[in-house]
Amino acid sequence: MQSKLGLDFKKVEYARSLAKGIAEDVQAFVEQYTTVAVERTLSRLMGIDGVDENAVPLPNVVVDYLKDKGVLSEGVLFFLANTMIRTGLCPQDIAEKLAKGEIDITEVVTRDQKQIADVLQPVIDSSMERIRARRQRREHYLETIGEGPKPYLYIIVATGNIYEDVVQAQAGARQGADVIAVIRTTGQSLLDYVPYGATTEGFGGTFATQENFRIMRKALDEVGEEQGRYIRLCNYCSGLCMPEIAIMGAFEGLDVMLNDALYGILFRDINMQRTLVDQYMSRIINGFAGVIINTGEDNYLTTADAVEAAHTVLASDLINEQLAYMAGLPAEQMGLGHAFEMDPMLKDGFLLELAQAQMAREIFPNAPLKYMPPTKFMTGNIFRGHIQDALFNMIGIWTHQGIQLLGMPTEAIHTPFMSDRYLSIENAKYIFNNMHSIGEEMEFKEGGICRRRAAEVLGKTIQLLEELTKEGLFTALEKGIFGDVKRPKNGGKGLQGVTLKGENYLNPFIELMKGKR
Amino acid sequence: MSEGLYSMEAKDFDKTLDLKKIKPYGDTMNDGKVQLSFTLPVPCGAEAIEAAKQLLKQMGLENPSVVYYKELTPGFTFFNCYGSCSHTVNYESIYVPKVESNVMSMPDTDEYIRQHFGRKIVIVGASTGTDAHTVGIDAIMNMKGYAGHYGLERYDMIEAYNLGSQVPNEDFIAKGVELHADALIISQTVTQKDVHIQNLTNFIELMEAEGLRDKMICCCGGARITHELAQELGFDAGFGMNTYADDVASFIVQEMDKRGMK
Repeated sequence: MQSKLGLDFKKVEYARSLAKGIAEDVQAFVEQYTTVAVERTLSRLMGIDGVDENAVPLPNVVVDYLKDKGVLSEGVLFFLANTMIRTGLCPQDIAEKLAKGEIDITEVVTRDQKQIADVLQPVIDSSMERIRARRQRREHYLETIGEGPKPYLYIIVATGNIYEDVVQAQAGARQGADVIAVIRTTGQSLLDYVPYGATTEGFGGTFATQENFRIMRKALDEVGEEQGRYIRLCNYCSGLCMPEIAIMGAFEGLDVMLNDALYGILFRDINMQRTLVDQYMSRIINGFAGVIINTGEDNYLTTADAVEAAHTVLASDLINEQLAYMAGLPAEQMGLGHAFEMDPMLKDGFLLELAQAQMAREIFPNAPLKYMPPTKFMTGNIFRGHIQDALFNMIGIWTHQGIQLLGMPTEAIHTPFMSDRYLSIENAKYIFNNMHSIGEEMEFKEGGICRRRAAEVLGKTIQLLEELTKEGLFTALEKGIFGDVKRPKNGGKGLQGVTLKGENYLNPFIELMKGKR
Repeated sequence: MSEGLYSMEAKDFDKTLDLKKIKPYGDTMNDGKVQLSFTLPVPCGAEAIEAAKQLLKQMGLENPSVVYYKELTPGFTFFNCYGSCSHTVNYESIYVPKVESNVMSMPDTDEYIRQHFGRKIVIVGASTGTDAHTVGIDAIMNMKGYAGHYGLERYDMIEAYNLGSQVPNEDFIAKGVELHADALIISQTVTQKDVHIQNLTNFIELMEAEGLRDKMICCCGGARITHELAQELGFDAGFGMNTYADDVASFIVQEMDKRGMK
């Protein structure tokens, strides 16, 4: 490919090789461990769902039981298989009996791998088939009713009430949105369980539950058929339940998931070991389910300065890309993140933003890049904000972004009104149409501001990756290299849920999902 | 849709400014012009426009005019409207409680601390409760600051600890005690369903229950916080829109001096 920015692709390949080395280091660590969230995910893959009389989800009941007995390192599948052989019960019945205190699941009757695999096989097959069918359903829709052009218009709904969210989401889809993200209630990322059932109370968002996923999927299918355009549903595979949310999404036909390897560490103070192990399993599932992941590099620029820290975004994108490859996720499903977050008063700031967006496009040619709108410098002046969003939209169409998260003029004031979304969609559609071919028409002047900016950011990215190669990702996070946020390796939330895998540990889904596409 | 490009309305009202009776200003004193937009949960049509106009009249807007409307989704219509406000306000009788301190620059605040306390003062901040946003507390505390106003971490005479977001009030207070904080500052970004009010009230109750309320300066801030609200909730000060680290630091050091803290 010819770079419009005059990027040196040899340097890009070098940067990528550095990122690969860093990711391999992390991966070597990750593969030795499991977590309570991964084990709850496996419980769900064994068909365990529902809650006990105290509203504790049954996957938590099972995993907590094993953890309390100090045997979690052998993994939930080993014990479920043994209990299935011993009692002849299915996993759901076992979990229900366990919740009532009627059964012990730690009694081991066999360590024979073949015998264990045989008893699990029918359940594994049925879960795999369930996810495959969901994926095929999406593919069928895309082949029949089709989808909107890229950049996809991505909007959020956040009423707290799933039924009200449906009204907002359908309205947004009718106005032209291609992706609907249901923002989660504040604080959900720190819950070490996933609530159950339909919910109508949330702060700043709506609980992610499997039932809520189902309700919204149905609503979007309805409006998609009506509009003749498939509408994607997005949620958040982040926090302490990353892989669990992934499996629920895979079962219910979600299309896009926020799923960053580092975000939880930096911005939710989740322990880095926990998140890195969890992201691996969650991405394996997202890869297999055909879900586009979105990474959260845009957040670095809300805490650090967008001009000074641009290279941390690219470095993190490159590391996220390599970690995603290791989980079997193809480039076409990597919505790597970046953002339009420079101070609007900066002279020629538009050109710097344009250069960076074009650079991301060229470095990740097949990825449906997720481009985030201005938030940090949105002031409550809705009129200027609408123009800031317009400039952001110009760059989106100019540089062929994959997913355009639409900025709202009322950013920093409230979660969007129905009319805010209308104005934002109108803004984007106007610009995307009116400036449709600008990227093909315009070239970047040799030696000009844009070319120089891209070269500078790439150069600094390489320096940073070289530094990370020497120190390792864990140490870099401790030193605060991303987003100016420092996190200790043994600090943060959720470390007690991380366990070294034992002798009898098994998780056949890793190979199955990575292999059988 | 619109009623012509230029307004031909007669301007036969009193055009002198009277601070006892002020009203909005469009392009002529006392024209009362207001622009507003809203959505009504009804289908688009003549009835919807009439409904919007009647609503404007009930808001006290004369000559209501709907200049643009659009059905957002079946059953919901959006309006852009103008009208002339019939209400007035007596500006001269207004009293608004404000943070009463002189806002000093960073070097002046450092110097003030050296002279009045002769030691570094300790400020601990966080976004407490379920609020996951660090943007507010970072703007006040981070070295870099915000919009050209350096953050508290950059002050020579302030030891600033930013505990980040989603810190339970209990942990926040415990950390404040451990660090011998002179002041605790809380940022609140999420204000949906008044969750910030509940959280800030809970903080003050805990401080009082622990007998710590008088021992530390307590401030809160955020885009939807006002000084008046903060005082109502039992804080020493509240910092809203367009206030920065210098406002916070200046208030804290002067309040400490006023209270005789050493």
